[in-house]
Amino acid sequence: MTEVVALEALVSRIAPGQSLAVPVDRSGVAMAATAAMIEAGIDNLHLVCVPISGLQADLLIGAGAVATLETSAISLGEAGGAPRFGAAVKAGSFRLRDATCPAIHAGLLAAQHGVPFMPIAGIIGSDLLEVRPDWKVIDSPVGNSGKVVVVPAIKPDVALFHAPEADRDGNIRIGRFRELATMAYAAKRTLVTVERIVDRNLLATEDSAAGVLPSLYVDAIAVAERGAWPLALWDEYPADETEIARYTAMARSDDGFRAYLSTFLSRRKQVA
Amino acid sequence: MSSDRERREILITTIADLLDGVRHVAVGASSPIPAAGAMLLRARQKRDGKPPVRISILGSQAHNFFTNGGIELFDCAAQGRVDAFFLGGGQIDGHGNINLVGTGDYPRTDVRWPGSFGSAYLYHLIPRVILFREEHSPRVFVPKVDFVSARAITPEVARRGGPYALLTNMALFDFDREAGGFSLRSVHPAYTPADIRENTGFAYAEPEVVRETPRPDAATLALLRGQILDELAETYPAFARAMKQAA
Repeated sequence: MTEVVALEALVSRIAPGQSLAVPVDRSGVAMAATAAMIEAGIDNLHLVCVPISGLQADLLIGAGAVATLETSAISLGEAGGAPRFGAAVKAGSFRLRDATCPAIHAGLLAAQHGVPFMPIAGIIGSDLLEVRPDWKVIDSPVGNSGKVVVVPAIKPDVALFHAPEADRDGNIRIGRFRELATMAYAAKRTLVTVERIVDRNLLATEDSAAGVLPSLYVDAIAVAERGAWPLALWDEYPADETEIARYTAMARSDDGFRAYLSTFLSRRKQVA
Repeated sequence: MSSDRERREILITTIADLLDGVRHVAVGASSPIPAAGAMLLRARQKRDGKPPVRISILGSQAHNFFTNGGIELFDCAAQGRVDAFFLGGGQIDGHGNINLVGTGDYPRTDVRWPGSFGSAYLYHLIPRVILFREEHSPRVFVPKVDFVSARAITPEVARRGGPYALLTNMALFDFDREAGGFSLRSVHPAYTPADIRENTGFAYAEPEVVRETPRPDAATLALLRGQILDELAETYPAFARAMKQAA
């Protein structure tokens, strides 16, 4: 059964060294949980960005929590490049597994279907094949002969995201952000923070059920109001552009990042 | 800075022209000018009673009809349902290869850019990929990219996708898939073909007479400065604000 726990208890289910799948900024990023993870000192993570990340990855990287980074890009969007990501690449602080967006989706799909790999169009000719020896080029075993890329299944230990609401049974409303469901299908465990828990049953009508991730796939939920801040949460609140710009400016230096992080963590505590 | 605004308006209008005839154009992350170009095309087609254009702006809720999550754009491209897309590059070489990863030796690149996004895949699948990079300099337009995020031509596999044109702050190039290189189509107002030669690090074909990129007409400008910036503000608030403030 899906448990409802406190935020700190939720993140305590992520162990150092585990692989952690997180969604792109617009889909619902668990920023409050990210702060709690940094506070708890959960490190050595293999971060899988589905399929890219921004502020969340940059904070975790800056805090020294990431040992392996698997992503198709790290970007702060209109605010510009992600400063701690850039610095860490230069310093060689983590193992880098560069990808391309649909290959990450394909890897998760393979896990969703319980198969070891997934073929995927394109990619041939890209140097990504040089730096990702785990991606293979094979001759298509069926149909017209020709080369095709296959990527291994991605089975994250934990998937973590933020959503507007859960019901009492632990069903989560994810709207049309189906990649959240894909992450949950593929991951061994799924942890979700929500703005609120509602009394109505989200599976009661076809209208609401279509946009729901059933509790079968959800291990634990914690309530975190404004839990995606300073990122946006769809249909709930926009991104805090000023705060993201402030981060981008401060995180250019290591000292600036430390100062930002300390304020960010204490501000989070006040909200909680 | 009105000259900055004029420059962007020419780029947006040129993009709308390059998209002429497409049924569905998708726009990826961090691409306000391509998004505005796609929106301008859609608005112009509607105004003129021409066939409608679908647009999918990644990161938008209002200008995006996908309901199957982040994978749908990629599936849609694989099914041949996306006619045009935009890619950029920290480096772009004369063969149309793009580098979105960084300069120097991988993985500890001297300069690191965000990453390859969907380029390695979409370049193979979308027929009309418009390469868009505002900075026109020899450090961007290099003879050979340091890292190939996506390769333009791959004789070893059949593909329908690849580069169609290259648009920069200074000029518009066509891409010739047979020849495997660019040819200069037009230079933007105030620039000369010599400026382009000086600022392009790769070889390209140049016609004897190089035209000037057309400026937007009054009706296009009215549409762009009104409806298009309003539509754009949902996904790119800072860009739309800057364009409005420059008015």
